[in-house]
Amino acid sequence: MGLTRDSSKQSTLVDLFNIEKKENEHIIALAGNPNTGKSTLFNHLTGLSQHTGNWPGKTVTNARGKFKHGCESYHLVDVPGAYSLFATSEEEMVARDFICFGHADAVVVVTDATCLERNFNLVYQVMELTDNVILVINLMDEAKKKNITINKIGIELDLGIPVVLTSARNGVGLKELKDTLNLVMTNQYEYNNKSIIYSNEIEKKISYVESKLEAKINHIKLRFLALRIIDGDNRFFDSMKQYFSDDEYELINQVREEIHQEVNQEEVRELITEINYKEAEVLKNKYVKENANKFHKDKKIDDILTSRIFGIPIMLLLLTGVFYITVAGANVPSGMLADAFFSFEEVLTRWFHTLHAPNWLHGVLVLGLYRTLTWVVSVMLPPMAIFFPIFTLLEDLGYLPRVAYNLDHLFKKACAHGKQCLSMCMGFGCNAAGIIGTRIIESPREKLIAILTNNFVPCNGRFPTLIAIATVFFAYVSYGQYNRIIPALIVTGLVVIGIMVTLLVSYLLSKTILKGVPSSFTLELPPYRKPQIGRVIYTSIIDRTIFVLGRAVLVAIPAGIITWILGNTFIGDLSVIQYIANFLDPFAQLLGLDGIILMAFILGLPANEIVIPILLMAYLSTSSMIEFDSFDSLRQVLVNNNWTYLTALNVMLFSLLHWPCSTALLTIKKETGSWKWTCIGFIIPTVIAIIVCMMTTGIYHLF
Amino acid sequence: MNYLSDIDVGKVVKVNALLAKDLLKERMLALGLTKGTSVEVIRKGPKNNLTVFDIRGVMIALRREESNLIMVE
Repeated sequence: MGLTRDSSKQSTLVDLFNIEKKENEHIIALAGNPNTGKSTLFNHLTGLSQHTGNWPGKTVTNARGKFKHGCESYHLVDVPGAYSLFATSEEEMVARDFICFGHADAVVVVTDATCLERNFNLVYQVMELTDNVILVINLMDEAKKKNITINKIGIELDLGIPVVLTSARNGVGLKELKDTLNLVMTNQYEYNNKSIIYSNEIEKKISYVESKLEAKINHIKLRFLALRIIDGDNRFFDSMKQYFSDDEYELINQVREEIHQEVNQEEVRELITEINYKEAEVLKNKYVKENANKFHKDKKIDDILTSRIFGIPIMLLLLTGVFYITVAGANVPSGMLADAFFSFEEVLTRWFHTLHAPNWLHGVLVLGLYRTLTWVVSVMLPPMAIFFPIFTLLEDLGYLPRVAYNLDHLFKKACAHGKQCLSMCMGFGCNAAGIIGTRIIESPREKLIAILTNNFVPCNGRFPTLIAIATVFFAYVSYGQYNRIIPALIVTGLVVIGIMVTLLVSYLLSKTILKGVPSSFTLELPPYRKPQIGRVIYTSIIDRTIFVLGRAVLVAIPAGIITWILGNTFIGDLSVIQYIANFLDPFAQLLGLDGIILMAFILGLPANEIVIPILLMAYLSTSSMIEFDSFDSLRQVLVNNNWTYLTALNVMLFSLLHWPCSTALLTIKKETGSWKWTCIGFIIPTVIAIIVCMMTTGIYHLF
Repeated sequence: MNYLSDIDVGKVVKVNALLAKDLLKERMLALGLTKGTSVEVIRKGPKNNLTVFDIRGVMIALRREESNLIMVE
């Protein structure tokens, strides 16, 4: 088997499609609309044996996993979410190409029980592409809550394919799905595929095209190919080139030209979609019973969350609330961690003494490395462990599209794409992810704007820095009193500043080097869903907290050792660090910072997480030792190094606005393919950070 | 015939024609905005800009620039 194509045409995408398989091994594609719980199903089926990466040559994420059921084993390929196979985005293109040419043994189409009508459209399209289709109607628990009843047997009879009802997040229906897969793979299921019949005229054309092609082409369903030839899907043919030999492609082109002369393709395309959807509607009306008012609850919630007047204030309130809980909750565990680490430091020191280790080794490893690392962990871990789950919870609820809805008029005013708000929200997780996320924006101009401004929202690496400094510096207004509101307000304020700068820079870019008008935009507001607490905790602790902290620790280890050595190598009266700091100091003072802070930001280029660690190491390596008890002692270190409220404010502003980390810069290079835009992506934030910090310093010194 | 952008909140209308072209038209079709589809206007956002519609059982928000490319009756 395999594709009949010239070997020279092998593309990397095709390579991926040819997954090696043994006997009793089957490749299953998992397709579906976005927001159908497809990934949840994927995770439940494959458990821990999965592997994620990018589709070769594409920037769309690809997840594969394995599982066994009975004697059969399965390779499950998670195809990107798509509304339709008439691709309008890179995701949909990958989905279509994989289902077309990936040689999956079966395609499982995951659908959302609460909006089957639209989902059926995709099911019909997939059925045109391949025979072995299994329909999974997921989110049955949501459907139950909305009083939607589904006649599974009716749908199964009408479509002629197996139907499985699931509620993937509760694990319901998964065994049936696996049983069904086994049945299908051992040829025990009798398919009775009912494909859509179009108008007479179209059907005649289909038969004609099929008769022309059938002698030569056999690795794609001819009906699908014929339909695309008739409705003139040029994008499909462009990407199809790589899967066909020259002869085949030539033949297809001949037929295309012939057909094009007699058909108004735009009309036919509309008609085909119309008939597809009409069938979907009929099927839904026949077998799905739902209240006319299924949106009732969502509408009620939206009345508040997306209200014209209260939408934005509520958003800010929520954000402040999240930060408040973070600041309030982090204090006690931070102290406890710090105590634990400190008592272990004494143990470590005793070991070093017993082993008669030289003083400098104890200095590097314990006083330099261990102390700073543990300090970082105790300052950063608790806020992260609180902040990330809450943030993920909001994401899971379906709140982010509502944020996009509330802010859209501002983005429109800035001549930016509506989806920029979504890529901006992804930037809260990681700017590199946010920059990759701009792929959802089709227009190159607006995509560039979104890429260049993504850095202005603080990422996971910078949130802990902001929260820590806000807490350290603004929580203790006076000794003993622990204020939680002010730090929360400050961090919220910083986020607002970040968004305002995003909008302003977007506007300026659209009026200068990236002139143009905003392009089209559709935004789906998915129903609110109860978050899966387990998953939220898992992804936010494992994916985010551990990842961010791990990166901070890993990069901080060499940085820590170097910093300690530099801090303790003296040339004359001054340590090397002091030389560097003194060199940077005059400029840093203009920004209301000091030389060491600026040095930490420069050294923090690989990862923003390590700015605080480096800062601490540099301060600790030169200043006298101090008692170690978390937030308050951190404040002491900073105050001893002449920090004022202005310094704290400017460090936060600089952290918010300064150059992107190296990962983000490399991502910009990858996404834009141009060093010019990468440089601009570096220069704009840097200049803005410098200007803003100079302004605050100027204002501060006026009074 | 009217533009979808001019319809008041709470009204239900039927799609008559799409004036959009290319990718946008493809996307609208993918969302199910085919001829004869019922669309309910659910909510208008700040500055009457984004409007939420019930399109085939899904809530979709469109900017005025898009919704006035959809003719309804």
